[in-house]
Amino acid sequence: MKYRQLFALGIQNTLVYRWNFLLRSFFGLVPTAGAIYVWNALYHARGGESVAGYSYAQMVTYLVSMLVAESLATPVEDEWEIAADIREGRLSAFLLRPIDYPTYRLILFPSARLVYTAVTIWPIVLLVAIMWQDLVLPTGGLGMWCVAAVSLIMAGLIQFFISFALATLAFWFLEISTLVFIFFSFEYFLSGRLFPLDIMSPAFREISALLPFQYEMYFPVAILLGRLEGAPLVQGLCIQTAWVIVGWLTTRLMWSRGLSRYQAVGG
Amino acid sequence: MNALRKYSEVYGMFLRNSLIRDMSFKANFLLWIATELLWFFGQLLFLEVIFYYTDEMGGWSKWQIVLLIGTHQTIAQTFQALFYMNLMNLPELVRTGKLDTFLLLPIDSQFAVSSRQLGLDNVVTAIVGLAIVAFSAVKLGLHPGPLTLILYGVGVILGVGVHYAVMFVLASLSFWIVRAQGLMHGYYSLVSLSRYPENIYRGLFGFFFTWVIPVILVANVPARLLTWPLESPVPGMARLAVATLLALGASRLVWRAALRRYGSASS
Repeated sequence: MKYRQLFALGIQNTLVYRWNFLLRSFFGLVPTAGAIYVWNALYHARGGESVAGYSYAQMVTYLVSMLVAESLATPVEDEWEIAADIREGRLSAFLLRPIDYPTYRLILFPSARLVYTAVTIWPIVLLVAIMWQDLVLPTGGLGMWCVAAVSLIMAGLIQFFISFALATLAFWFLEISTLVFIFFSFEYFLSGRLFPLDIMSPAFREISALLPFQYEMYFPVAILLGRLEGAPLVQGLCIQTAWVIVGWLTTRLMWSRGLSRYQAVGG
Repeated sequence: MNALRKYSEVYGMFLRNSLIRDMSFKANFLLWIATELLWFFGQLLFLEVIFYYTDEMGGWSKWQIVLLIGTHQTIAQTFQALFYMNLMNLPELVRTGKLDTFLLLPIDSQFAVSSRQLGLDNVVTAIVGLAIVAFSAVKLGLHPGPLTLILYGVGVILGVGVHYAVMFVLASLSFWIVRAQGLMHGYYSLVSLSRYPENIYRGLFGFFFTWVIPVILVANVPARLLTWPLESPVPGMARLAVATLLALGASRLVWRAALRRYGSASS
């Protein structure tokens, strides 16, 4: 019951920032629009020939789907808020209440994502309307949509656990932003935000299949667009599930270690 | 003349303080350099992927675009060395009311809020950008004369002006919008457009980011001086100069409006 109220609280908190979100999502569209022009020039130079099995329309669809997935599954500022709670000692107030802080953040996360997407979806709808003729609709049936949705939820969980674990570094370090940004840069290139990972060499893809990054973004979108079927799909879902569990365990471990340090210092 | 001496003395003090601060947090200083370089080489990696599938984009060869990206890096990092941290701080100054201190100083308030701290790590990464430019110039067999090099330098400085205006306006949004800090990452989204050849952008989008928010011009104009030595530099440089002056003028107007709002809000 109390956690349902927290969910509602999360929605209210997020609504305050609707103008902020709307502007953000317009800015967020700019690199994707830029990337569409880059690919357009590339397909033009190739005389329209496909790139590793992607037609121009499929590439545009991939980039636009990525925007939606990002809006739904990528934490916005959660890590900075958690780190600030730790650094500025606001955590003490939470420890007095009958609420488990990581659970509290885990509930805030989807409510914030939903409200955020309710705002940011409109610029994306506008982009879809403009690009309509260059898009291909996913051909998979209802089953594929469900698998993609489950995979997207797991992707969101992996991203959340990574953000949370990075934020707990604030228990040990005064300044965590460099560490967070270094992690971001790997995430940015290896999660498929910039280009679909299956245009890369087989060796790259084999390594990437074991790392958590592609399960943060690329994987659910690839499922939706029908790039994955049969054994690789099942295998990928297993690895993704494993990363969710590893993420959860790591977060828990870092949290309890950090907390004992926090309480020892706070004395 | 007196004013100039006063401002350069104040600036010398800012520089000295920044140097002391950076050298007392050496590990952090080095980590920031590593982070910036990681992003930069990530961009070059993406270019490598693109040019695996084509030999030209919008009429530019791979090394010409590397030169363009190096120019972008030089401009962006010079801007960040001079102004970035200060502008990132502006929303916090507004929120906490610490801006008052800056308004009382006997120097121009826009100058004071913009240039108090210098990022010396960005000086290092700007030099790396310049080295990449030199390297690709050698690869392309370019032999720019002194006049071209001087114009290139002027183009880079004008580009820094555009970066400044874009980020300054974003930072000033904090006078009207709650938690504008996150919005400021929009800077990266906007300027990311200048990494690619101007002529791949088309339609309203291309027009808007060339003439209204002139980010596409920024790296393209100076890079073109080197990559197309036979072209007349006048039209490009004239466009960039006009665009920079307009952008800086706009930042001044926004600052005036922001201060009016700040004054009326606190009374």
